[in-house]
Amino acid sequence: MATVTLENLRKSYGNTEVIHGVDIDIADGEFIVIVGPSGCGKSTLLRMVAGLETVTSGDILIGGRNVNSVEPMDRDIAMVFQNYALYPHMSVFDNMAYGLKIAKVPKDEIAKRVANAAEILQLVPYLTRKPRELSGGQRQRVAMGRAIVRKPAVFLFDEPLSNLDAKLRVQMRLEIKALQRDLGVTSLYVTHDQVEAMTLADRMIVMNGGVADQIGKPLEVYADPATEFVAGFIGSPSTNFLDAGRLGRRVEGGAKVGIRPEHIRTVAQSETDYAGKVVYSEPLGAETLIHLKLLDGEDVTVRQEGALPIPSEGESCGLAWEAKDEMVFAKDGIRLRQ
Amino acid sequence: MAQQNGMVEKRSSGLWLTHLGMIVGVAFIFFPIWLAFVASTVDQQAIVRPPMPLLPGDKFFENYARALTSGVNAPVGIMLVNSMVMALGIALGKIAISLLSAFAIVYFRFPGRHLFFWLIFLTLMLPVEVRIVPTYEVIANFGMLNSYSGLILPLIASATATFLFRQFFMTVPDELAEAARVDGAKPMRFFFDILLPMSRTNIAALFVILFIYGWNQYLWPLLITTDPSMNTIVMGIKQMFPSGDDTADWPVIMATSILAMIPPVLVVIGMQRLFVRGLVESEK
Repeated sequence: MATVTLENLRKSYGNTEVIHGVDIDIADGEFIVIVGPSGCGKSTLLRMVAGLETVTSGDILIGGRNVNSVEPMDRDIAMVFQNYALYPHMSVFDNMAYGLKIAKVPKDEIAKRVANAAEILQLVPYLTRKPRELSGGQRQRVAMGRAIVRKPAVFLFDEPLSNLDAKLRVQMRLEIKALQRDLGVTSLYVTHDQVEAMTLADRMIVMNGGVADQIGKPLEVYADPATEFVAGFIGSPSTNFLDAGRLGRRVEGGAKVGIRPEHIRTVAQSETDYAGKVVYSEPLGAETLIHLKLLDGEDVTVRQEGALPIPSEGESCGLAWEAKDEMVFAKDGIRLRQ
Repeated sequence: MAQQNGMVEKRSSGLWLTHLGMIVGVAFIFFPIWLAFVASTVDQQAIVRPPMPLLPGDKFFENYARALTSGVNAPVGIMLVNSMVMALGIALGKIAISLLSAFAIVYFRFPGRHLFFWLIFLTLMLPVEVRIVPTYEVIANFGMLNSYSGLILPLIASATATFLFRQFFMTVPDELAEAARVDGAKPMRFFFDILLPMSRTNIAALFVILFIYGWNQYLWPLLITTDPSMNTIVMGIKQMFPSGDDTADWPVIMATSILAMIPPVLVVIGMQRLFVRGLVESEK
């Protein structure tokens, strides 16, 4: 168990800087999710913590110790890879035991730790099998087991669920969360899936173009996004952005106004000056998503209770929302607070 | 039902035809070998007097014993051992060296990496025959004529095998090397524990090819072994042929030929099993 601190962490390949300075203090036992679109530098950030990428400038501290130039094995970390990276010619047992064997842990201790991890992950019947004889979910568990047996101070997950099907992903998500809570190990988890990020994280880091746009608790980030990017990336369906000038209200310096789909209601056209045509609606049971096109061509999504009446396609609807739900963003995407 | 019978009949007639074709082909290839075997089991008179016998005679043990223990210039037993040492030395040496050089080229960033790779690749264009005179000079100066090291060392580097292993290593996911690094494996440990077992299939396939390559070397052993006790079997057969008016001892020559074929055949059959098993397991 340990704290992890990143201080103004930067990474360049040649002259191209891909991480533009990330700062965060991660508390002992905290579950941090790094989320962002592909190419935002989230995997690079994780691999720097793992020691698989060199640090261009800034510092990484694990348990208060600067590990910038420490080899991965001496950093007291364990990593779970996206494609699991299991050794194909070794049995499940040997895969989990390999790191301990290299660390010259006594044989009976290895057997005990692997048995224990296999117990937790329900892998006991598969210990003698080779990875190719396992299903995707089981391979995923072996990769987790390999991390657990080392009893590291920090777990690093690099999109561990992206190779699984949707149903298994939800199940493994819950298992990872439960496991992390039981073991209490500080964890860094990289994903491009904002649902994974919302459900797993104690705090999340939203990355965009090599910059940490916002760091905070999932619900705080959702309710109070710091940038236009965060507002659009976190939450599904994503936030509606309307041109501030067209809103008819003078918003000082603002370029766009964001309103979450659940904060917009459809009303009679006479009650508002905002109206649009229904393009199509998606009834999902508990809720209904209504996609509209405004008269000036902008797309808007409204999320309403499943029990409410659904407007038919082509029908014109008025739209209304509370002023407090408006999020105003400047031209450079930064949120403007009133 | 009738239709099904018809289909079976149709298929079986096609099957017979293909089988017939293959049997003829096999007989065509196999007949000279059969003749060699027959010639190795009869006495000299039976071979010289036409028509040549087509069924084995009664001199099998006598001829083979004579070939193995005395031969014509040197006992075939010794030549077999020489060939075996040379072929194994070349095959294993080539595999060891090319595995290590491919490992270096793929997994390490060092200055001149690409240059070295292309230099190795260039040597593909230089067969033994092209560089045989300078190589002879070097080996002679090292005093390695008539020795196993002289037979093996000049042939021990292989661009083909290096290239093959390089291509294979490049298909191994990077994450495997990274996982091993996180597990604390130093580069050589990763090589022996993970890369080597994963290359098993390629090693088996290459071993077959390289063993036969080494076994069939003719020109090089002919050049550097003057002592009959260092002769290899493939060149030995040629040297058994009479020069001038001597009569050839055909039964012993044919027995030697048959003996020379056995080790490569055994290697192919033995390795084939491993090869196929490796293919079926196909893992990465």
